[in-house]
Amino acid sequence: MAQAYSPGLSVTENIVLRKERILPLKGTVLVKKGDKVKAEDLVAETSLPGKVLPLNLANKLGVTPAMLSDFIKVEPGQQITKNQILAENKGLFGLGFMKNSVKSPIDGEVESISKLTGQVLLREPRIPVQVKAFIDGIITKVIEGEGVEVENKSAYVQGIFGIGGETFGTIHVLAKSPDSQISTDMLSEANKGQIIVSGNMCSYDVIMKAKQVGVMAIITGGIDDQELKKLLGYDIGVAITGHENLGITILVTEGFGPINMAKKTYELLKKFDGHAASIHGKTQIRAGVMRPELIIPLPFDEKELVVKEAAMPSLDIGTLIRVIRQPGFGKIGRVTGLPELLTVVESETKVRVLEAKLEDGSTIVIPRANVEVIEE
Amino acid sequence: MQYDHDRLTRIIATDCGSTTTKAILIEYIDGEYRQTVRGEAPTTVEAPLNDVTSGVLNAVQELEEIARLKYNNPNIKFIDTDHLIIPRNGDIGADAYVSTSSAGGGLQMMVTGVVAKMTGESAERAALGAGAIVMDLIASNDQRLDHEKIERIRQLRPDMILMAGGVDGGTTKHVLEMAELVRAADPRPRLGSSYKLPVIYAGNTNAREEIKSILGNSVDLIITDNIRPTLEVENLGPARDKIHDLFMEHVMAQAPGYNKLMEWTIGPDGVNVPIMPTPGAVGNIMQTIAKEEQIEVLGVDIGGATTDVFSVFTKEFIFNRTVSANLGMSYSISNVLASTGLPNILRWVPFDIDQAELRNMIKNKMIRPTTIPNLLEELVLEQAIAKEALRLAFIQHKSFAVSLKGTQKTREISEAFSQSTSGDTIVDLMSLSLLVGSGGVLSHAPRRHQSVMMMIDAFLPEGVTRLAVDSIFMMPHLGVLAEISIKAATEVFHKDCLIYLGTCVAPVGKIKPDKVALSAKIELPDGTVFNEDIKFGELRLLPCGLNQTAKAVLKPGSGLDVGAGKDKPLETVLHGGVVGIVLDTRGRNPFVLPTEASVRVPLLKKWMRELKAYPDQIIS
Repeated sequence: MAQAYSPGLSVTENIVLRKERILPLKGTVLVKKGDKVKAEDLVAETSLPGKVLPLNLANKLGVTPAMLSDFIKVEPGQQITKNQILAENKGLFGLGFMKNSVKSPIDGEVESISKLTGQVLLREPRIPVQVKAFIDGIITKVIEGEGVEVENKSAYVQGIFGIGGETFGTIHVLAKSPDSQISTDMLSEANKGQIIVSGNMCSYDVIMKAKQVGVMAIITGGIDDQELKKLLGYDIGVAITGHENLGITILVTEGFGPINMAKKTYELLKKFDGHAASIHGKTQIRAGVMRPELIIPLPFDEKELVVKEAAMPSLDIGTLIRVIRQPGFGKIGRVTGLPELLTVVESETKVRVLEAKLEDGSTIVIPRANVEVIEE
Repeated sequence: MQYDHDRLTRIIATDCGSTTTKAILIEYIDGEYRQTVRGEAPTTVEAPLNDVTSGVLNAVQELEEIARLKYNNPNIKFIDTDHLIIPRNGDIGADAYVSTSSAGGGLQMMVTGVVAKMTGESAERAALGAGAIVMDLIASNDQRLDHEKIERIRQLRPDMILMAGGVDGGTTKHVLEMAELVRAADPRPRLGSSYKLPVIYAGNTNAREEIKSILGNSVDLIITDNIRPTLEVENLGPARDKIHDLFMEHVMAQAPGYNKLMEWTIGPDGVNVPIMPTPGAVGNIMQTIAKEEQIEVLGVDIGGATTDVFSVFTKEFIFNRTVSANLGMSYSISNVLASTGLPNILRWVPFDIDQAELRNMIKNKMIRPTTIPNLLEELVLEQAIAKEALRLAFIQHKSFAVSLKGTQKTREISEAFSQSTSGDTIVDLMSLSLLVGSGGVLSHAPRRHQSVMMMIDAFLPEGVTRLAVDSIFMMPHLGVLAEISIKAATEVFHKDCLIYLGTCVAPVGKIKPDKVALSAKIELPDGTVFNEDIKFGELRLLPCGLNQTAKAVLKPGSGLDVGAGKDKPLETVLHGGVVGIVLDTRGRNPFVLPTEASVRVPLLKKWMRELKAYPDQIIS
């Protein structure tokens, strides 16, 4: 039979990462191959074309588009300033009486002038865009005019869902255990600049307090749907996130509702308490899957930078798995059986199942689709 | 090009969906085409593999393994290391390979028009009919300021743009202004940055030269016939054809691995068979059923991310398709909740549930879209959500499927101006003959009775309506197969694809609960006669199997209509199916569920028991 495919989230103390850092438009790459960079270093920059403002000059002057060329004072490509006269008629009988002029509403540039419609397009000044390295590492590839690839060796936690963009901070595990929560009184100015770790949940009040004291990011096992809605001001319909401008980034490791953080994740975070890390909440479940990430750079030798070849994780006897839906959501176990025949489960759905022995010694039979592989 | 059974004895067909690549084997056996084996594998357009053909090979490998088991023949072979074996030589290979695709988000388009409700809507219909998702419709009169339109065009990263506007010989000013806005926005294609964005111009023919001078250098401009040559005529065919051509040339060619896949899809002569967008292929099949059977058809395909509704109505077989881009059962499930609200979902649930728990469950399905309901309660909840997704998608379809549809449909000028404001939908549930469901939640429901329940509750069919589902989701495959063999596609469609569930009879109108809504006398295939005066607010399920019929005299209650007109009896033949005949007197126009849970829940349980929708443990 074809392989069962249950991609899981990566949580590892040692991974060679390769990150593409690409500009949204062609621009200039500021580093060269072999350069060592810090997460906050700029690696490429460009400028986006400014906003376009259409203005129908012919209409405003009360002339036909064909006649506009007799009155226009600017030409395509010309820089303009606010209130500069763009076009002016000669007034009644060409004597300047009741003269009418049109002034530019913006600083910028004349993009085009249409003889067909009499429309002039004005463009505001360009908007600079800069791309940072995001991770400490080495530039291994320069894509001319577009960006770079940065590589490093890291400890790495992939979340299931997140909000907020890229940021940096020092890891500080506040939760006493993977099944505990943190409270507002555990937060103070001392947490400024930190990436704090909660256990099975992080409440709205804690998030707000964290934001207030200058915490950069929160890592939590679960988050409540209604509290997230309160935080964002809207309900998330489709999981495409990362653009939120909340002033804080959140990385959820398990899902919605109170769910204990996986022991392995919690212990990794504990081990790296006090380390500097990069984090983002960008999530896109569909068409180019993207999950939030925590990246903790480790010292490395360039020879170590060999990225593992992409492979589909597969389910075999002995594979470590996590249950990702009820019943047993969040539980960890090892596969003990992979029956080939379809099996009827409680909902009467006929599915491929697996048998597993859970950490507490109990056994479970569940749809293969409801587990993910934990890489070891 | 069509081939007969001498040339076409074994065909492999795949549909590369956003999540799963589904492969089926079609074989010519004992004088007929049948679908014999099915396999599937995860689609691989994303990292780490980034090559759609890996998923195709995995799905076909499963097909090969199952075929070997089925025929007890270890020599059967479809794959040679890294490619499919075409043509067939005995046990080895197949005569043809065809495929549809919606992977990577399908075909995403933006359309422009001058008047939103006229040329804009025509452009939207052309794009939807070609199988696209319309990201936005931008029109000269859409109330947005010009700079806002430019910003919007810039933000969107469509696969292509369709520009319409103006009747032939009419004013060119507005369509030219729109072209200037498009040029100013400098839109970039979603996939790849090395090629120019394709823009199809299908507007006023008099503006073509000026359009070339405005857009010619900045985009890949393709000019085709005006989709609205006069106010009364809509001509969508040429624009749809261009969309299909460009989908192959530009969009597919940019997607990971598609260049290879495009070389693989060949017929018996080695001639290429173009990959078709999945919804385009399903639309072809819906139209074929309607024309072949001379009936009105309504179809729905509910997926993880989107829900497509297809309909063929009126004597002219006017075809319409809508895509509800953010209504679906996995990626978009949370958006169903956001769109309809929790009370509308809970009104279909026959037990108490903690609302916070339900909300979190929905969000967890969104972030882990491939999971399956293992617990019965979760299945009931997912099916309640499906009813709402289907209902919302159908509302959208009805408001879009207004008069003046299809190609070369003529109408009066006075009607043309009133078409969209009046919302005169051509979707008439009373004249509808067949309702077809497809997509995981309908095709793979553990009990077919659940599919019947979901389709009736969501669409509320009126009068007498047959219900069917796509057995294992193979309509896309058959839609593209028809390109090389209409005979094979039609035979497989009737024998293996379409599963008739039965017929729903529903009187239209509302009366008091204690009054008789339907007096039915039905001669059932087992020789018994069902004879009952059914009160308002009831459901009955009568046994009538596949390929069986039952003669019926249906007398509606006072003030109600069951298809022959108000208060008039209807004598007809009802078709059976794997579920049977459903008599539904719960009311139509309006259909009202009690708001009080203490009243509603016992009713839901009673109806679900009658329909045998769920095991007793959850509805007793």
